[in-house]
Amino acid sequence: MNTTPTVTAAIVQAAYVLVAFLFITGLKRMSSPATARGGILWAGLGMVIATLVTYLQAPEIGINLYLVIGATVLGGGVAWISGKRVAMTDMPQMIALYNGMGGGAAAAIAAVELYRGDQRGLAFGALAVLGALIGAVSLSGSCIAFGKLQGLIKKSFRFSGQQIANVLILAVAVVLGVLIATGVNTGSSVVTGFFVLALLLGVTMTLPIGGADMPVVISLYNALTGLAVAFEGYVLNNWAMVIAGMVVGSAGTLLTQLMAKAMNRSLGNVLFSGFGDTAGAATGPVTGTQKPIEAADAGVMMAYAQKMIVVPGYGMAVGQAQHKVWELTQLLQNRGVTVKFAIHPVAGRMPGHMNVLLAEAGVPYDLIADLEEINAEFETADVALIIGANDVVNPVARNDKSSPIYGMPILDADKAKNVIVIKRGQGQGFSGIENALFYLDNTRMLYGDAQGAVNQLVQAVKAAG
Amino acid sequence: MNGVIAIYIFMLAGFTGYEVISRVPVILHTPLMSGSNFVHGIVLVGAMVALFSAHGPLELVIGTIGVALAAGNAVGGYVVTERMLEMFKSSGKAPNKGHHS
Repeated sequence: MNTTPTVTAAIVQAAYVLVAFLFITGLKRMSSPATARGGILWAGLGMVIATLVTYLQAPEIGINLYLVIGATVLGGGVAWISGKRVAMTDMPQMIALYNGMGGGAAAAIAAVELYRGDQRGLAFGALAVLGALIGAVSLSGSCIAFGKLQGLIKKSFRFSGQQIANVLILAVAVVLGVLIATGVNTGSSVVTGFFVLALLLGVTMTLPIGGADMPVVISLYNALTGLAVAFEGYVLNNWAMVIAGMVVGSAGTLLTQLMAKAMNRSLGNVLFSGFGDTAGAATGPVTGTQKPIEAADAGVMMAYAQKMIVVPGYGMAVGQAQHKVWELTQLLQNRGVTVKFAIHPVAGRMPGHMNVLLAEAGVPYDLIADLEEINAEFETADVALIIGANDVVNPVARNDKSSPIYGMPILDADKAKNVIVIKRGQGQGFSGIENALFYLDNTRMLYGDAQGAVNQLVQAVKAAG
Repeated sequence: MNGVIAIYIFMLAGFTGYEVISRVPVILHTPLMSGSNFVHGIVLVGAMVALFSAHGPLELVIGTIGVALAAGNAVGGYVVTERMLEMFKSSGKAPNKGHHS
């Protein structure tokens, strides 16, 4: 603040170059398990530098500076506390919320510029408006996504003509946006109307989408927020925002596609079909009976196995059984049993979520294999232990064309010599589809809650001597 | 800002993001999404600049909301990503698993 303007500008620009470098390197490191921890530290350092040099651009000490400091402390403080407290199982919706905040911030930047009403050319206006639209949709859409995953919004509001309504809202918002961007009418009532419609669009777009598809939507909004930030970066002549926002925009788009692919869904399907929570009408006839087993017998079977593959599902995490599962794994490893974890892409609430939950319990990531890596190994496994997973091991997906999950890639747990399924009772899974695996000759059902049942297995293995 | 140069930068940054992420294993999808969510928290510097230059009650209110939201994005994004990533560790028996195909 005491230096001359040109020197200050040069320092800020140089710092932003460094920040862009730190962000890209950080993201690169975050894409490999061995270096991921360092990656977030690099990116975090970049953020601190970017924030500090921005204070060099502060005007005279006054109300604006106080508001910046106050708002940073308030927003950052609330996020810090909530981020430290959130349970690992609730992580997806928390990410959605933080992402929505970023979108809202991008929209707020645009609002400050647009309400001011000074025109600096078509590119300026167009990108300010586009960033505002995307940012506002991301804000309200992410809030709905949070509400759905948190269980605050239980229904999926659908009515006929919903798509048409969405298109109409978008069309009117675009018309208003064009008026503002071209400088034809930059009145504050037009700007207000534009923002109201943009926020409304985020709500109406997201409400019909089912909970199971929500991770893909959150990832999409994450990419969109990146774009909005990049566009507002152009408006503010801020290269760090342009580069970081654009990198996230494209990386997020790719990540969204990877997630949709892992869930066997196309992006268009997710956004416009509303499957996410409707399946379950068609349940093909499944013959046979479920055969129960006692924990003591199952424990002995595991203790004398060569190789066991554990298939954890969201039910394991909800039952907080992952720590007991790791204890069981270590006991078996000490007896010379090879234990691996097979993770389906949609185990947990989003791709990779189950890995986080297992990591929390202390399971090393090199024991964990994804579907492509492990599917061929089930044939060589003596025991497949299914905990709280259902649809992702249902062989119906392979061979029953009438099933709603037909074609979904599944873990071939049924090919193991013995299958032990830990399950509360004889009910159906999340999607309401009968699971043929439970009726196979080599399957035994261990009834009970996940934590209690695994604890009994631990005792049984210990008793096996 | 020169328009043509801006288009180059948008394009090259887009390719960079794509390349950086393209070989990420599924096990890191959630933390990486969270990490990229943190990176667009850079919107904080923009929100700060916008509020620095704000005049009048309306701009000040919107600007303040913007900074608070942006700070939430940056800080929250960092905290949850760091919490997830610090849990990932190797058993030390197997070499670092490079990724499949």
